[in-house]
This record gives sequence, C-alpha cells and structure tokens, in this order.
Amino acid sequence: MAGTAARASDKRMPGDSQLVVEGVSKKFGGVVAVSDVSLEVPRGGILSIIGPNGAGKTSLLNMISGFYTPDTGRVALEGTDITRRKPSDIAALGIARTFQNIALFSGLTVLDNLMLGRHVRMKAGVFASALYWGPARREEIAHREACEEIIEFLKLQDLRKQQTAALAYGLRKRVELGRALALEPKILLLDEPMGGMNTDEKEDMARYILDVNQERGVTVVLIEHDMGVVMDISDRVVVLDRGRRIAGGTPEEVQRDPAVIAAYLGGGSRG
Amino acid sequence: MFHRESGYYKTTYAEDGALYPLPIAKWTVGILLALFVVLPPLTTAVTGALAAEYYISIVNLILIAVVGAIGLNILVGYTGQISIGHAGFMSVGAYTAANLAVKLDLPFWITLPAGGLMAAAIGAVVGIPSLRIKGLYLAIATLAAQLIIEWIINHTPAISGGSQASIEVDRPAVFGYPLKTQRELYYFLLLFAVLAIVGALNIVRSRIGRAFVAIRDQDIAAEIIGINIFRYKLTAFAISSFYAGVTGVLYTYYLGIANYENFLISTSIDYLAMIIIGGLGSVLGAIFGAIFVTLLPILIRLFMETFGTLFFTTAELNNIIPAMRLGIFGLLIIVFLVLEPEGLNRLWRNIRSYFRVWPFSY
Repeated sequence: MAGTAARASDKRMPGDSQLVVEGVSKKFGGVVAVSDVSLEVPRGGILSIIGPNGAGKTSLLNMISGFYTPDTGRVALEGTDITRRKPSDIAALGIARTFQNIALFSGLTVLDNLMLGRHVRMKAGVFASALYWGPARREEIAHREACEEIIEFLKLQDLRKQQTAALAYGLRKRVELGRALALEPKILLLDEPMGGMNTDEKEDMARYILDVNQERGVTVVLIEHDMGVVMDISDRVVVLDRGRRIAGGTPEEVQRDPAVIAAYLGGGSRG
Repeated sequence: MFHRESGYYKTTYAEDGALYPLPIAKWTVGILLALFVVLPPLTTAVTGALAAEYYISIVNLILIAVVGAIGLNILVGYTGQISIGHAGFMSVGAYTAANLAVKLDLPFWITLPAGGLMAAAIGAVVGIPSLRIKGLYLAIATLAAQLIIEWIINHTPAISGGSQASIEVDRPAVFGYPLKTQRELYYFLLLFAVLAIVGALNIVRSRIGRAFVAIRDQDIAAEIIGINIFRYKLTAFAISSFYAGVTGVLYTYYLGIANYENFLISTSIDYLAMIIIGGLGSVLGAIFGAIFVTLLPILIRLFMETFGTLFFTTAELNNIIPAMRLGIFGLLIIVFLVLEPEGLNRLWRNIRSYFRVWPFSY
C-alpha cells in the first residue's frame, strides 16, 4: 500500500491533533484497567490501538466516548475538554463508535438503524412527529437521502428493509459501521471491526475503513487484533499492555520495538 | 388483506415512507373509516333504536380503550419501560377534567387536553426512577404511583369532590348541542380514537419513535449514537400518560361521572393485558387488544346467560361469571406469552402474508 504511506506522510502535520488523551487512568475496585495512558490522534489519520487481551483497549475507548469517567487525566476533542460529558453529548460533538460485540437495534430494519444514526442531526420533536405531514416529513426525506448514500457506499441496497436480527454476522458489522457513519462523525472509534470475520470479509472491511478515511476525511481510531491489517492501514500505532502504554509510533517503529515483542511473545519484562 | 406489493413501484422517499404505501391498503382504510361513520345509523336500521344504543355503547367502550391501550403500548411496547400505574394516570386526567368542567364550567375542548397534560406531567415525574431502575423494580415503582394517586384523590376533597369521591359531569356539548345518546357520543369518541391512532402511527415512524425503540433494543448503543436516554424515557412516560389522561377524560364524559373506582389497579392490569394479547410494540396490536379485552367479559356473560342456565341457578351464575372472567383472562395472558408473544397482531400478519402470494405460494 504505497499510496497509503505517501498519503499518511503528507497529512501528518505536527501539532495538529484532533483528539488528545492525557494521562487517563481507570480503576475498577482494585483492578487497574488503564493507567496513565496518553495519546494523540492526528487529524485525518488512522490510529490503531493494539495489545494483548485485557490490555485496557476497550476501556480506553469507553473513556473517550464517555461511558467511563477517568479517575485521572483528561480527554479533549479539538481543544474542548470532553472528559465528563455524557455519551450522547459526545456523539453530538462528532465522535461515533462501533462495539466489539455488535450493538444494533435488532427489532428495526437496516434503514431504521441508519436513520437512528442520524438522530443528532435531526430535530423533529414530539409535536412535529405526531403531526408528521409538514416539517417532520421533509426532514425524514432529507435524511433518508443521506442514509441511502451510505447504503450505496456499503452495498446494503438489498438489505434496506430487513430486520438486522436476521442478518449474517459480517453484514451486521457492516450495518453497524453504516450507523456510525450516518452520524457524520469527525472521529470514528472502531472496536474490533474485523473480529470473527474470514479473510474476504476482513479485506472488504479494511477497504471500507480506508474509503471512510480517505474519501470522507474521517479520522479513525481502531482496535484490532489482526496485525496484518493493522500494519497495512494504520498511520500510527499505540501499544497497550496491562493498562499501560508501552510503545507508539509508525507501524514500522512499533514492529521493531523490543517492549512490544516482549509483550506479545512473552519473556523479557513480563518475566 | 390482499397486500400485494408486486407491480407497485415507489419512486419517491415520501411514497416509501407513507403510512399505507399500497393502494389496496389505502382503500381498505378508507372503506373501514366510511363503515365506522355509517355504523350508528346502520345499527339503528338493523336492530332498532333501543338495541342500537346498547351495541354502540359497547363500541364506545372499545374506542375509549383503544386510546388507552395505544398510549400504554408506546411506553411498554415501543420504549420497553413498564407501568402498572396507568389507571392512576387515567384518574388524574378524569378528575382534572371533571373539576375544570364543574367548577369552572369549561367545555371539553379545554378539559380534554388539560386532563391529558396534567396526566403527562404526573407521568413524567413517575418516570424519573426509570433512569436508574428497570424491569420488575420499575414495575413496583409505578405500582406505588398507582396507589399513591388513588390515596391522594381519595383523601383530598378538593380533588375528589367529597366523601363519595365522585364528580358528576355533563355530557360534552358540540356547538352548544349536548351529546345525549350513545350514538351521538360515538362520533365524539371516534374522532379522538382516530386522532390517537394517527398521532401514534406518526410518532412511531419518525425520529421520536425510532429513539424509543432504540432504547428498548439496546440502551447502550442508543446512548452512543446521541440519544439522551433519560430525556426520551421521560418523553415516553409523558406521551403515554397523556394518552392515559385523555382516556380518563373520555371515560368520564362517557359515564357522566368521574369516579376513582373505575381506575383501580385492576384497570391497569386490564390495559397491560390488552397490549400483551394484542401485540407489544404495534399500534394495530393495541387496537386488537382493546377490542378483545373489552368484548371478552361481555361475551362470557352472554355465553353463560345463554347456556349456563342449563346447569346453574341465576344466583350461582352471578358468582361464577366474574370469577370466570378473571380465570379466562389469566389463562389467555399466559397462552399468548408462551405461544404468541407478538399477540393478535402477529396472527393478523401471518394471515396477511399468507394471502400476499396466494394462491401461488412460491
């Protein structure tokens, strides 16, 4: 992926960090999930967070998206502190995410799931909704068009009116990505978007992620276990182990880092 | 019934989002509505005026129940929050309207929305614990609300109008003309039932309704896409209680009296039965349920009075019939929960989809 590398280098402007995480920690009882982790997500880049199971990757995402309040440290989006904001507020500010174990609205169709993704971009209140004909309908149609564009992008045309509960695993992951995109996010947090997929599905998903990043200019933060994919598509990689950040840098740098090799292969610092 | 999509091509998103996208469905609804409009004169012509009053009075009860059941279904079926306090909200609406009508001599077009809004306000307050508690615990909290509302109405003469806890209200008047007969009242109730149905259908197909279902299906994911869960749960409680309040007002005008004994906990259970039997999370299901649960005791009584006299004396029958009603009720709820959790609405959909491709089913 020579093109990716070239693009990555020209947009990695120093000092332009869209999302900054500064020294966050989170304890659950006596268990330290995340300990003093800092990272900066460059605008328009793809940043991957990797690490063994239980390293605190998902906890870190939960702190960014507002589900957990960090015990220490802060999270800032484009200079604004979002550390103690509610998840729904953070979504409205433009951070969308997907979940490790898919969290779609199973009783609704693919289209309705995507329309729900546009919730924060819509306005209709109770009375406008109850009357429907008029402003609410105009709004529905306008946002339907935006959803159709995503449906086309993710090739979900024939599944539009299907209930998501009935879809295959890989498709549900794709719909979840679509729902996150429908929010028109500035930053997309993806928690293992390729977990449990076969090679073909992984390739498709990697392609979609790259397209989202390049064509739509969405910054991506990715948690993924497939090292091949991570090293291929990431601009930067951050490695966590047992709640701590042990390395960070370009994929090449990280691959050569002795601390990373130790964490993944055992021995060394792990003892 | 013959919902055949083939051959109809929708070319705009407006068409695709229509309540009844198929011409055949539009026609069905139109014809049904026309039938409802001519129902009273038709019944009168067939059965005579006296019997027609009786039959239409039953239809009136159904129309009132439809409003309440749809309201409860918005909360329980669509948003996934339970309430055993809905009869309480109905009594709030009933007494609000009755007091306004008697003390201030206000017409129904003020007392009706006022009753609904008062119930909505109380309902939203009762909904506050729903942020923290779910399921059974929320059920108990709403049960408490039911009992507290009952108690307050009973012990506050300013609300309940004295020791009998009942307030007599004049029948509603349209342009100065009071609706005296059941057949006149029917049009009054039909109007509000239709408004309730259309309002609910619109809410559940647009932004607010989708947010409700999102909270029901996956509250964590709902939050992550920007839905303020607390606000929407309260909104659901408010909308649902508004419907309940309006139901209470309609019932008060129907009976000509506001009395808390019509809104006891057993009424709350009746409405829950309606939406379980009819189908959770469906407006049509709530309508089916309202029809079914309203008619069931009447049919049981009719059946027992016809055939029961062969085995029992009249005195015995008077004891048996209410007990039978409860027994059959409980049995039906269990049967539906086990065999068809999606209720009568699902059965209807099955029939409809069978005929969709009939007679060539492949």
